[in-house]
Amino acid sequence: MFGLHYNLERSAVGLVAFIVLVASIGGLIEIAPLFTIDETVEQAPDMRVYTPLEVAGRNIYIREGCYACHSQMIRTLRDEVERYGPYSLAVESSYDHPQLWGSKRTGPDLARLGNKYSDAWHTTHLNNPRDLVPESKMPAYRWLLRDQLQADDLGEHLAALRAVGVPYTDEQIANASLDAYGQANPDSAAAGGVAERYGDATNIRLFDGEATRLTDMDALVAYLQVLGNLTDAAHQPQPEAE
Amino acid sequence: MIADLTRTERLWAMLILGALGLVGLAMAIGGRNDLLGIHGWIVLAAGLGGFVAVMRGRDAPEPNPERLNEYYDAPTRVGLILTLLWAVVGMGVGFWVAALLAWPDMTFDVPWLSFGRLRPVHTSGVIFGFGGNALIATSFHVLQRTTRARLPDQISPWFVLLGYNLFCVIAASGYLMGLTQSKEYAEPEWYADIWLVIVWVVYFAIYMRTLARRKEPHIYVANWYYMAFILVVAILHIVNNLAVPVSFGSAKSYSLFSGVQDAMTQWWYGHNAVAFFLTAGFLGMMYYYLPKRAGRPIFSYRMSIISFWGITFMYMWAGSHHLHYTALPHWVQTLGMAFSVVLLVPSWASAGNALLTLNGAWHKVRDDAVLRFMALAAIFYGITTFEGSFMAIRAVNSLSHYTDWTIGHVHAGALGWVAMITFGSLYSIVPSMFKRERIYSQKLVEVHFWLALSGTVIYVFAMWNSGVIQGLMWRTYTESGGLTYSFIDSLVAMHPYYIARAFGGLLFLLGALVALYNVIMTIRMPAPAPDDAALDIPVQPAMQAGE
Repeated sequence: MFGLHYNLERSAVGLVAFIVLVASIGGLIEIAPLFTIDETVEQAPDMRVYTPLEVAGRNIYIREGCYACHSQMIRTLRDEVERYGPYSLAVESSYDHPQLWGSKRTGPDLARLGNKYSDAWHTTHLNNPRDLVPESKMPAYRWLLRDQLQADDLGEHLAALRAVGVPYTDEQIANASLDAYGQANPDSAAAGGVAERYGDATNIRLFDGEATRLTDMDALVAYLQVLGNLTDAAHQPQPEAE
Repeated sequence: MIADLTRTERLWAMLILGALGLVGLAMAIGGRNDLLGIHGWIVLAAGLGGFVAVMRGRDAPEPNPERLNEYYDAPTRVGLILTLLWAVVGMGVGFWVAALLAWPDMTFDVPWLSFGRLRPVHTSGVIFGFGGNALIATSFHVLQRTTRARLPDQISPWFVLLGYNLFCVIAASGYLMGLTQSKEYAEPEWYADIWLVIVWVVYFAIYMRTLARRKEPHIYVANWYYMAFILVVAILHIVNNLAVPVSFGSAKSYSLFSGVQDAMTQWWYGHNAVAFFLTAGFLGMMYYYLPKRAGRPIFSYRMSIISFWGITFMYMWAGSHHLHYTALPHWVQTLGMAFSVVLLVPSWASAGNALLTLNGAWHKVRDDAVLRFMALAAIFYGITTFEGSFMAIRAVNSLSHYTDWTIGHVHAGALGWVAMITFGSLYSIVPSMFKRERIYSQKLVEVHFWLALSGTVIYVFAMWNSGVIQGLMWRTYTESGGLTYSFIDSLVAMHPYYIARAFGGLLFLLGALVALYNVIMTIRMPAPAPDDAALDIPVQPAMQAGE
C-alpha cells in the first residue's frame, strides 16, 4: 500500500486525479439520488407559487440577512412541533430558490409564521421590534416603510425563476409588476387579476397600512404572511413526530 | 513590485488590467439601474488604477537576471500584510456584530450597519479575507521551499493574490449594499463567483507548473493538503453556486437548486468549506511550519498519509449532519452522522502527529511564543474535531443545533485552530521574508499569545454555556406537560453571555492589532548587513519526503 503511495507522491497529475476521485464519492452518493428518488419530496397538489410581491418580499428578507437569525425548518421534535406547529415537509420549500432553512435561531423559527399575527403587528414590529417586545434583540428596519419597492423588473425575476423550475405562466410573468401593485392595493383595478392568477386564498391587503405607495414593507409583510401557507400538506395526517 | 517584472511581463500585466477595466466598464453600463453598476465602478477603478501603476513603471530597467536563482517571495510579503489587514477588518466587524446582539439599537437607522448585512462581512472577512490570504501567501512560500523551485513566472502569483482580494472586496461591499444569495459562506452573487473561478484556475495552474519544475522527486506532504484545498474548494464552489441571473444587468440571481436538494448541496459545500478551506489548507501550513520551527521531523510520515486520505474521503459525506431531524431523507442524515463520527480518526491522527512531533522540543514550546501558537493550534484542532464529531450525533444535535453552541464550536476552530496556526506561521516567516534578523518585539508576540488564548477561552466558554442553556430551555416541560419557557425567556437568559462573548472577541481583536503593529515595526527595522541578507537561501524541507 505504501509502495503504491510512494509512486503517487512522485506524480503531480496522479495525485490530482486521485484527490478528485476520492473526494467525489461522498457527494455523489448523497446528493445525486435526491434529484431522482420519488420519496424525497412529497406530492402537494394544492401547492401554489409565490406572487410577484411575495418574491420581492423574499428578496428583501434575503437582502437584510434575516436567515442568519431565523430558521424556516421545524424539526421532527416534540418541543418544536408544540412551539411552532407541524414539522416542515420537503415539498413546502420546493419553490424556494435557494432554501432558507437557516442554521441558527437567535430569533424564533418562522416556518409557520403566516397569518399568525396581523399585518399591523408585523409593520410595527419590523419598524421597531422593541415597541412590541421590549426584550427583543432584532434590529429596527425603519427604512422598509420609507423605501419604495422596486417592482418594474419583477417580470424578469419570475422568468428567471421559471428557468430554474418554478411553474410560472406567461401571463403571470407578463403581469408581474401590475400584480405586485394590485396585491397591496385591494381597491385598485389591478387587485382582481391577482386573485385570478394566484387563487382566491391569496392575501390582497394594504400590508403596510397605507394605499398611496408600494413600499419594501408591503413586500416583506406579504412574504411573511404566506410562510407555511403555500400548501396545506403539513396539516394533513403525517407519521408521528419523534 | 513592478520593477520585478520583465518588460514582456509588464505588457501582459497592462493587457490583463486593461481587460479588467473594460469588464468593469461593461458592468457599470449594463448595471447602471442596479447595484451591479456600483461594483462595475469598483472593478473599473481597480483595473484602471493597476493599469496606470504598471504603465508608470513600464520603462524602469529590466530586473536583475540573478533573481531567477532565488525564490520569488514578493507576493508572499504582500499577502502576509493583507492577511493581517483582513484579520483586523474581519475580527473588528465580528466584535461589532457581537455587540449588536447585546445592544441591538446600535444600527442607528442605517441599513448597512444592521446585523444581517454586517454578519457576512464578519464571516467572509475572517474565512476568506484573513484565512484565504494566509493560505495563498504561505502556500507560495511552502511550495517553493519544498520543491526547491521558483514560482513559474512573476505575473500569475500577483494575479491570484490581487484578484482574490478584489473578490473579497466585491463580496464585502456587496453585503453592505444587501447583495447576497443567502447561502451561508457562499453569499457573493454570480459575477463574483465567476471571477473567483478564474482566479482559482490560475492558482491551480501555478501549483501544477511549479510542481513540474520541482527538484525534489517527492511531493512533500504539505503540498498534498494545499492541493486538496485548491481542488476540492473549486468543485464545491462551482456546484453550490450554480444559478441563473435575472439579467446581465442585474446583481440578483436564483439558485439552480431549491428546497431539500439545495439544503443538501449547501451543507455539502458549507461543511467542506470547513474541511478543505479551514482544515486541509491550514494542515498544509502546520505540516511545514511546525516541524520547521520545532527543529524536528514530523513524527510519522505514514500517519500523515492516512490522515490525508481519511480527511479527503470522509469529510465529503459529513455535510448532512447539519440537517438532522429536517425534511432531508433519513438515510442521508444517518450517513452524515456515521462518517462524521469516523472522521475523528484521521483528524486526531493529524493533531496527534503534530503534538508527537513536539516530543523532545517541549522546552522550546515553553520558551517560544511562536511555537506555542502552533502547539496550541494543534490542541484546539483536536478539541474542535472531537466536539464536531460529538455534535454530529443525532441526539446531541437535537440539543445543539440552532443554538449558540454551534457558534462556540465554530469559534473554537476559527480562533483556536485557524487563527493560531496562522499567527504562528506568520511570525515564523516574517523576519526572513522581510530580510530582518528577528521580529521587532518578542515580548509583543508573548502579549499577543496571551490575548489570543484568553479571548478564545472566554468566547468559547460563553457560547458553550449560552448554547446549552438555550437548547435546554427550549425543551423544558412543566409538570402538566406544557412548555416551561417562551422563546423570549431563552433570549433574555442569553444576554450576559452575549456581553462576555463580545469581550472575548475584543481581546482576540486586540491581539491581531498587536500583531499588525509588530509586523509593521519589524519591516521598519534597519536591514542587517548585506551578507546576512542571504538568510533565505534555498533550504532542505524540514524532513525528507518519502522517508
